[in-house]
Amino acid sequence: MDKFGYAQSQKFDTYASRLMPREEYFTSGHRSCQGCGEALAVRWVTKAIGKDAIIAHATGCMEIVSSGWPQTAWMHPWIHVAFENTSAVASGIESALKILHRKGKLKGAMPKVVAMGGDGGTTDIGLQSLSGALERGHNFTYFCWDNEAYMNTGIQRSSSTPYGAMTTTSPPGKMSIGQHTQKKNMTAIAVAHGIPYVATASPSYLFDLYYKVRKAIETPGPAYVHVLSVCPTGWRSATDLSVRLGRLAVETAVFPLYEVVNGKYRLTVEPPKIRPVQDYLKPQGRFRHLRDKERALIQKHTQAQYELLLQKCGAAYPEFPVISETEEETE
Amino acid sequence: MAHRVGMEVSIAISHAVQMCRAEAIAAYPITPQTHIVEHLSSMVANGELDAEFVNVESEHSAMSTCIGMSATGARTYTATSSQGLALMNEILFITSALRLPIVMTVANRALSGPLSIWNDHGDIMAARDIGWIQIFVENGQEAFDHSVMAFKIAENHQVLLPTIINLDGFILSHVVEAMEFPDQELVDKFLPPYHPRYSLDPAKPVTMGAFAMPEVYTECKMGHQMALTGAYEHILQVWKEWGDLTGRHYQPVEKYRTEGAKTLLLTMGCLSEVAEVAVDEMRESGLEVGLLKLRMWRPFPFADLRSAVAGAKHVIVCDRALSLGGAAPPVLAEVRSALYAMRGRPQTSSFVIGLGGRDIAPNAFKEIVAQALEEAQQKPTQEYHIFGVRG
Repeated sequence: MDKFGYAQSQKFDTYASRLMPREEYFTSGHRSCQGCGEALAVRWVTKAIGKDAIIAHATGCMEIVSSGWPQTAWMHPWIHVAFENTSAVASGIESALKILHRKGKLKGAMPKVVAMGGDGGTTDIGLQSLSGALERGHNFTYFCWDNEAYMNTGIQRSSSTPYGAMTTTSPPGKMSIGQHTQKKNMTAIAVAHGIPYVATASPSYLFDLYYKVRKAIETPGPAYVHVLSVCPTGWRSATDLSVRLGRLAVETAVFPLYEVVNGKYRLTVEPPKIRPVQDYLKPQGRFRHLRDKERALIQKHTQAQYELLLQKCGAAYPEFPVISETEEETE
Repeated sequence: MAHRVGMEVSIAISHAVQMCRAEAIAAYPITPQTHIVEHLSSMVANGELDAEFVNVESEHSAMSTCIGMSATGARTYTATSSQGLALMNEILFITSALRLPIVMTVANRALSGPLSIWNDHGDIMAARDIGWIQIFVENGQEAFDHSVMAFKIAENHQVLLPTIINLDGFILSHVVEAMEFPDQELVDKFLPPYHPRYSLDPAKPVTMGAFAMPEVYTECKMGHQMALTGAYEHILQVWKEWGDLTGRHYQPVEKYRTEGAKTLLLTMGCLSEVAEVAVDEMRESGLEVGLLKLRMWRPFPFADLRSAVAGAKHVIVCDRALSLGGAAPPVLAEVRSALYAMRGRPQTSSFVIGLGGRDIAPNAFKEIVAQALEEAQQKPTQEYHIFGVRG
């Protein structure tokens, strides 16, 4: 067994040897927390991207855990500049590749251009530069690692933090239930730019993730992939539950997996029966303070949002959980 | 053969960038630099310049996009002013720390508030410590020449630092002047294609922009400082090469009628030409006044300044920016520091002039000299004067 023991293990050979590349582009030895869903996502996304790519990364967890000089976990050519500008940096890389190729200074195939950032770097401080790059139509793929708060600086709320979640700047108290706003719908914002490919993905659904990354990378023009990245540190969840929580997010319809190709929505994972949202909330300490009232609100909101999505996808309604009348009455 | 042209200085700069075969440009509109990038974008649109022109959505993104372009290996250019430079500020430090040889024209303009589109040096003085090479020009010919030379300086593998060419907004950028343009062959010979030392290339992957723990941060800054001060000799070498080719020679501190001068005015940018007129008139009336023009702002030419003031009794520094609540206006602060260790150093006086587009005529310099000489007899009453301000 070599240093990438997992990839060489018997299980891998049995199930995925012909389907997933063995090459590692986000190598071990980085400093992410135990059970980090984001590091898992980065590892598999970079495998799917393949060798010929240039990555621009925003400031954030993945930048900090992977690039402390003189070490690096990145096998790709990789650049970090600042927090809010990674889409602009990627725009520059893509434009430079075009002119260098046109002038014959760059031989062979054009490398793929990839930008990556956390939810803060994407939905808050980086939204302007992302919007600019999507509007200008650069041929690049943006990956948002959404762990639903500013985890790197110590779990502060972002516009991607879900309703009810406890963070260090949205603490629950006598006058507050925690985060009191709904999570920003970043994929809808990306879709509104009229770009050819938008998708949500999760490292808990590796084949779905892999397929979407390939599709995003190969689509000419801008593509946006929003990846739910379970964060045991910030979500106050057990470190061995990260993959499970990613699946529960989909099974409860909190984070549905879909893609939008040229504006056309399609559900890529269709749970036949939606689980109660409580199954997803309960293992997470960040929701521990919520009362039945707020849990019922989250259930309602989740279902309403999911129904809107199903309509956009033209998908059949699954079996939804029964919300007990008594819970509603307690409001 | 070089040929004479008459055109707006902004347009001349866009021609300089074209002759340098810039490959990638990212810019955002802001007065008064707009004419430069407008003309570059039309050159790209007309096929006169083979480059990628990216219309970004802010100056912050302009500099960020330029970083991506330069890090990938393209010869990169942009221009900005005032608020635009201020918005870029965060990224300017990173550009120089990444050692990317981007060339930027700053058409100097006052900073808001109150909002002013007119000229002073408040914008660049607020970006004094960004770690870039910073040069000031006085007229259209200098603007053209230094735009060309900037690429050669910045891209030198011993330098690899971004470079700013400062020209005064409107009062230089929008003026039509006579200039001499060199032939394309001369520029091509002078400035070979850009070969990056490192670039973002899948065949040779590198990590750029890694973070530094306290154990290495200081060493990184020291390296940057050494690169910037070490750039001095390479800048002079490039200026000499250009001078030999064109007959136009440049110095870090230019002297005008300083022979035997007891009193020296010190200016930057295009007000130097106005000061020259005043110096001529004062010389005619028997006053022993000369003029120093500070061309190289970063790295600061300490030795040149000391030798230029040797023999003078009085240096009158004309700043075009304030350091609110600070010890001295920015240029005075530097000049005083440079002179402090000098044996028999001249006395300094300070006048802040021409803020936010306030016009400065030759007579102003005569008044400044008269006031400074008068006060030199007495004990100074204040650290610096804001010239012409109404009370």
